[in-house]
Amino acid sequence: MSKVRVLVGTRKGAFVMESDGKREKWEVSGPHFAGWEVYHMKGSPADPDRLYASQSSSWSGQVIQRSSDGGKTWETPGGGPGKSPQGWPIGESNKFVYDTSERTGKPLTTHQFYDGTQHPWEFKRVWHLEPSLTDPNTVYAGVEDAALFRSTDGAASWQELSGLRGHGTGPHWQPGAGGMCLHTIILDPNDSGRIYIAISAAGAFRTDDGGATWKPINRGLRSQFLPDQDAEIGHCVHHVAMNPSRPGVLFMQKHWDVMRSDDAGDNWREVSGNLPTDFGFVIDVHAHEPETVYVVPIKSDGEHYPPDGKLRVYRSRTGGNEWEALTNGLPQQNCYVNVLRDAMAIDSLDSCGVYFGTTGGQVYLSSNAGDNWSPIVRDLPPVLSVEVQTLP
Amino acid sequence: MIRVVLPPHLRTLAKVRGEVQLEVEGRATQRSVLDALEAQYPMLCGTIRDHVTQQRRPFLRFFACEEDLSHESPDAALPDAVATGLEPFLIVGAIAGG
Repeated sequence: MSKVRVLVGTRKGAFVMESDGKREKWEVSGPHFAGWEVYHMKGSPADPDRLYASQSSSWSGQVIQRSSDGGKTWETPGGGPGKSPQGWPIGESNKFVYDTSERTGKPLTTHQFYDGTQHPWEFKRVWHLEPSLTDPNTVYAGVEDAALFRSTDGAASWQELSGLRGHGTGPHWQPGAGGMCLHTIILDPNDSGRIYIAISAAGAFRTDDGGATWKPINRGLRSQFLPDQDAEIGHCVHHVAMNPSRPGVLFMQKHWDVMRSDDAGDNWREVSGNLPTDFGFVIDVHAHEPETVYVVPIKSDGEHYPPDGKLRVYRSRTGGNEWEALTNGLPQQNCYVNVLRDAMAIDSLDSCGVYFGTTGGQVYLSSNAGDNWSPIVRDLPPVLSVEVQTLP
Repeated sequence: MIRVVLPPHLRTLAKVRGEVQLEVEGRATQRSVLDALEAQYPMLCGTIRDHVTQQRRPFLRFFACEEDLSHESPDAALPDAVATGLEPFLIVGAIAGG
């Protein structure tokens, strides 16, 4: 029977939860990296026991962790006792250094700060780790201040794909309320050269040549906080999702507005339809029904909790515009949690499982595509991210 | 022999308990102590001082002999009591936040 493994990053550590395919009884381990913020954990599709985790703290910065046994044990991959030829410690796995080389990094200088002035790029943390679809030792990292890094040695060392920051719009990128973060990385399963990324607040970008060159893909987005509301750059994209069977179709939860693209991001149209509010953070797509989409509406950018104190997932079976509230098993009064952008995940069992975590420490599961919900755990620290692996 | 006390989170990361003991070649300074610490525990690289600028991370402080050494030059000599191992070099997390 198949199994599932849920990887939960929280404000004070990481948790690994496993169950058989029925998803009724769960074994929970953790907290791993207790006391540290774990923005994201994700497993390699090529080797499900290979996991990567991003732990960070305001005190001690960024640390990358790696597991080769499904989360039972962890190591800092660049942390061996050796030294580099220059005599430096090998501890490179925590080292994210922006490309400032003459050849590729020269134009990469400043971005727009909150007050509109220019500000130098400063590394703060890794928001998202995206393992390669084919190589367990290759993994991408989306970081704050926004940039994309890649490791090809199991996260022991990192190199920036500086073409993203180098295409000329960098000075117009600006931080959202959570910082200027690259939070979404989507690898196209049919085209190894195509990668989608999203940045708050710059927008979405696509490469078709493995990361050497990038183009903004924001046509159709409108943002009231911009002087030019349909500008090419500057939109606060919160998350983007794709069904692997249809990689040219993308769904986006923007700061406000739920959007859809049918041409790999070249053009977007709004599909917010009858949602009670189109502000939110998460968005995801059913594993087997590429027109079935999930969001969790949040009241507003100033009030980060569900409307009316009712925690409701909304599902569209029509690829947007027509949405139904899913409430069975979710609190329908006095609920004022948030669901952050990387805190929803979908398994690929026949009866599709949908998972999400809240800032109140609950991780909810629906094992029937959203019709009924129950908590796997309900008293964790605030949940920052949820991923799920479907295991043989 | 230099004695170093790490904050609890970094003790966990370095997989050590209690104090760390280091052999430092030459004069004991903040820089030479941290170089020796990172050489012995590479997973601490970047967690106490920035990888590139080598600046102390702002939420960490350096104390010894009941003095705050955080703003001393990284190449200034540490007190004799630290250099001889009589007193530990304390790396302390700022109390703010949590």
